[in-house]
Amino acid sequence: MNNLIDIMQLSVEEIDKLIETALDIIDNPEKYAEACHGKKLATLFFEPSTRTRLSFEAAMYELGGNVLGFSAANSSSAAKGESVADTVRTVGCYADIIAMRHPKEGAPLVATRTAGVPVINAGDGGHNHPTQTLADLLTIYREKGGFENLTIGLCGDLKFGRTVHSLISAMSRYKGIKFVLISPEELKVPKYIISDVIEKNNIPYEEVTSLEENMPKLDILYMTRVQRERFFNEADYLRLKDTYVLTPDKMKLGKDSLSVLHPLPRVNEISVAVDDDPRACYFKQVLNGKYMRMALILKLLEVEV
Amino acid sequence: MIVDQIEEGIVLDHITAGNSNQIYNVLGLDKLDCTVATIQNADSVKMGKKDIIKIGKLIDIDLDIIGYIDPGVTVSIIKDGKIVERKKLALPETIKDIIKCKNPRCITSCEQELRQEFKLVDRENKIYRCIYCESQAPKHIK
Ligand SMILES: [Zn+2]
Repeated sequence: MNNLIDIMQLSVEEIDKLIETALDIIDNPEKYAEACHGKKLATLFFEPSTRTRLSFEAAMYELGGNVLGFSAANSSSAAKGESVADTVRTVGCYADIIAMRHPKEGAPLVATRTAGVPVINAGDGGHNHPTQTLADLLTIYREKGGFENLTIGLCGDLKFGRTVHSLISAMSRYKGIKFVLISPEELKVPKYIISDVIEKNNIPYEEVTSLEENMPKLDILYMTRVQRERFFNEADYLRLKDTYVLTPDKMKLGKDSLSVLHPLPRVNEISVAVDDDPRACYFKQVLNGKYMRMALILKLLEVEV
Repeated sequence: MIVDQIEEGIVLDHITAGNSNQIYNVLGLDKLDCTVATIQNADSVKMGKKDIIKIGKLIDIDLDIIGYIDPGVTVSIIKDGKIVERKKLALPETIKDIIKCKNPRCITSCEQELRQEFKLVDRENKIYRCIYCESQAPKHIK
């Protein structure tokens, strides 16, 4: 069965193919307007995430398909204690493909066993969120024209930030990549990602605390939000949340060709004054996310256009 | 000390000293109706000290569990007082329902009927990860 649970399930070639499809969708939207006519996407959101759900739904509508589903666990059978396996087995009878978000890690993998239709992981707790990484990748591709020879700065919460871990894994497969890991001591990239991904692929990296000092060398700056729900201690959250704030002053230190990405939503780690800078790509990233979700739905449904 | 040869059964030799109780327990040897001898802290040329378990009956044992706890164990099958087969153990690729994922955010923490399943990701360092949440497995069963 075709599923997407973890970004690393996709080979470099498959990512290239998705990007090719997404670029063709951007250039020729009318060609795809009826590609999924008569097909239904179920968005099963056991925890709310309006932006991800809307992106999937918009993607399916633009392919001429239909959408059904729920947007919170309390409006679903999960509130009555039904297992993930049973819920998706039921939904698999109605829908052609499922996009699922769940607070528990591994829930979408469980879903693949009984759904009978393709399952897309739309985020499982702090674990994986592969379609966010697809959005990141298309943005990098469109801004840089490829994935090679890039110095990528990742800034903020690098410990709990799942999008950071997935992006590091995905980018580690290309040539000429360097990582600059910018975080407070408490929020550094976990050791196993350094050893199992970065060092294993012989990728040069540095772990630093200053954003200003490292701005000039970056081709890409991937900002992240420090998330309150990852902390047990409110005081730690308050102390760390404002460690990095990207301002127009700091942007002056960056290259002209810099691209700033952020998985959104932001709180205050990028000041609104940066939004008008042509190097700010985080709203383009949202749009790119929709195109990649369209490409992914086509791939998983094996629709040829 | 000499423990009698067995005519028919299984000998687990070269158990790291101290591991025999754990192996005894996970294999459920206390539930057998035959003789089971556990020898602890026996002298070993190779290992210094070792444990040995002798089971006086040919039973099905889960080699993967032993391989996970103590991959150096040798398993000999005895028939008519002779060794008819020696099995070498290795770390199993997957282990099911032996260890429990400790991550409170893992789907297995709220859906109890799911099997606990871990896959080997690093043979050299004996690292297993939960197939659901990828948390690292605890090194020991208890
Ligand atoms: Zn787990």
